[in-house]
Amino acid sequence: MKKNIKLFITLGLILMVGILSTACGEDKPTINVYNWGDYVDPDVIREFEEEFGVKVNYDTFATNEDMYVSIKKGGTSYDVVFPSDYMIERMIEEGLLEKLNKDNIPNLANIDERFLDLEFDPNNEYSVPYMWGTVGIVYNKNMVDDVVDSWDILWNEKYEGQILMLDSQRDSIGVALKKLGYSMNTRNLEELEEAKEELIKQKPLVYAYVGDEVKDLMVAEEAALAVVWSGEAIAIGRENDNVEFAIPKEGTNLWFDCMVIPKNAKNKELAEEFINFMNRPEIAARNTEYVGYSTANIKALEYLPDYIRNSSVAYPSDEELQNVEIFKDPKDFLSVYDEIWVEVKAQR
Amino acid sequence: MRMKWTSYPYILWMIIFIVVPLALILLYSFTVGEEGGITNLRFSLDNFRRFLDPKYLDVLWISINLALKSTLITMVLGYPLAMIIAKEKPKKRNVMILLLVIPMWMNFLLRTYAWLTLLGKNGFINYIITKLGFAPLNLIYNDRAVLLGMVYNFLPFMVLPIYSVLVKIDKSLIEAAEDLGANKFEVFSKVTFPLSIPGIITGITMVFMPAVSTFVISRLLGGGQYMLIGNLVEQQYLWVGDWHFGSAISIIMMAFILVTMAITAKFDNQKEGGGGLW
Repeated sequence: MKKNIKLFITLGLILMVGILSTACGEDKPTINVYNWGDYVDPDVIREFEEEFGVKVNYDTFATNEDMYVSIKKGGTSYDVVFPSDYMIERMIEEGLLEKLNKDNIPNLANIDERFLDLEFDPNNEYSVPYMWGTVGIVYNKNMVDDVVDSWDILWNEKYEGQILMLDSQRDSIGVALKKLGYSMNTRNLEELEEAKEELIKQKPLVYAYVGDEVKDLMVAEEAALAVVWSGEAIAIGRENDNVEFAIPKEGTNLWFDCMVIPKNAKNKELAEEFINFMNRPEIAARNTEYVGYSTANIKALEYLPDYIRNSSVAYPSDEELQNVEIFKDPKDFLSVYDEIWVEVKAQR
Repeated sequence: MRMKWTSYPYILWMIIFIVVPLALILLYSFTVGEEGGITNLRFSLDNFRRFLDPKYLDVLWISINLALKSTLITMVLGYPLAMIIAKEKPKKRNVMILLLVIPMWMNFLLRTYAWLTLLGKNGFINYIITKLGFAPLNLIYNDRAVLLGMVYNFLPFMVLPIYSVLVKIDKSLIEAAEDLGANKFEVFSKVTFPLSIPGIITGITMVFMPAVSTFVISRLLGGGQYMLIGNLVEQQYLWVGDWHFGSAISIIMMAFILVTMAITAKFDNQKEGGGGLW
């Protein structure tokens, strides 16, 4: 019996420490924002906090997939999240997102009509576009003497050991599919198998499969060619004048990152306030200038410096956007992608 | 066995952070089924069967191969170093150990990143090589770079246990051997080395375990071209979200580590003496 009392005391002490350490939070309303790394101007967040007298807990992720897993299984509670197109489609389907109250987001009117009402979220019931971009090849003029206008150049043996691919299964398999003339959203096993063979064939030429490091490597001229998202090309171009960006003629991926509110959000009104704030033209312009990607906010364009507004990298012509495809959720094909990627990676 | 009540917090800690997670991993590895609570899980061996596919076995083989190589290299490099340090006077010895450990005060990720700038095509090492008039070398994003990263990061784990065993060896044993006419080599092979085996075994487990499960070193220094077993687990948990398969891979990896530990422990039991850090 005595032993039990002591056990109680110990448990009590442990519980008290736990309670005390969580109970001393502030009274200010807070929202939890979950965004891609390096994808917002930090001053903008500070301004939002001051203007609304709230606290923003800001957290980042590196890929749509790891964001999805932590929303779905992580027991987390975020109020605003920034997923991409195909992931929004999946999250809507699985009932992970809350419908937006558009009355609270009047600045939705600032969004370019071209980017509203897209297939992954008809009528924009769940999402407000934030940034968009393409996938293309960034290359160093001094190291590449061929014309870069096709994905084929990434299979050119001349550039052995000088090619950087994206360490992202969806994008790399997409590149191989486009090179072969197939859709990036193919659900044909034979086409995917061919894409896998293509990537295995390419592997000896690849210097590395990279994520964010691509910026440093291209700026330092460690590689000649790299597959990148368009905004990275702008960031690299700011630091190295020899670098150019090209969208291959076979077509590429057009993507959108949007703001959404997950089902388990604790402060939906404030989250909508935040989305509205992010779409004020001058705020959107500051974010755009900071991150280098292309804004979906048409009113923000006037606030941008000329070199960004007139950049063909960030704002390609309609002609260049002719062959683009938006990713669709692979659904049951996810495991096929996954296994292709393991096989490519494990290949020696 | 009566435990003092002060030990309850530790037991609670161990239950929450060791026993429960392990039980969950076991549960997940032997089940399939969509999320939605434990009630929806069905018993299945599919996860393990899936691992028997050649592409996953390849991954396992590559990981073990790299881990064994790095263990061997750290042993060959670490043993003489431990001997050199152990032979010094206590004061100097402590300074040397401190120097060995100081780099570990820095974050492991940061130290691995530092190698990127050293080994890069236009990195520091190639800069010197080209200044000397040689052609630049391919130093990064290959097997050797990954091995280097492992050896560099795990060397102290090999040196420290061997060192701590070597220091404790009774000097009179060595003197006795010398008095009986043993030359330097015989003293080493018949006295010092056998006595240091517990340290080596601790060192081997301490290096092999992190080396076989690493996913950071292979990604950074291997340029993402290496799918090691650690990367596979990471991929299943973070990107694919297939916790069942991820757990099964973890269990397989744990089984491997357990087997190696059992084998090494067998060696260990034949000898008396302290096992270093364990």
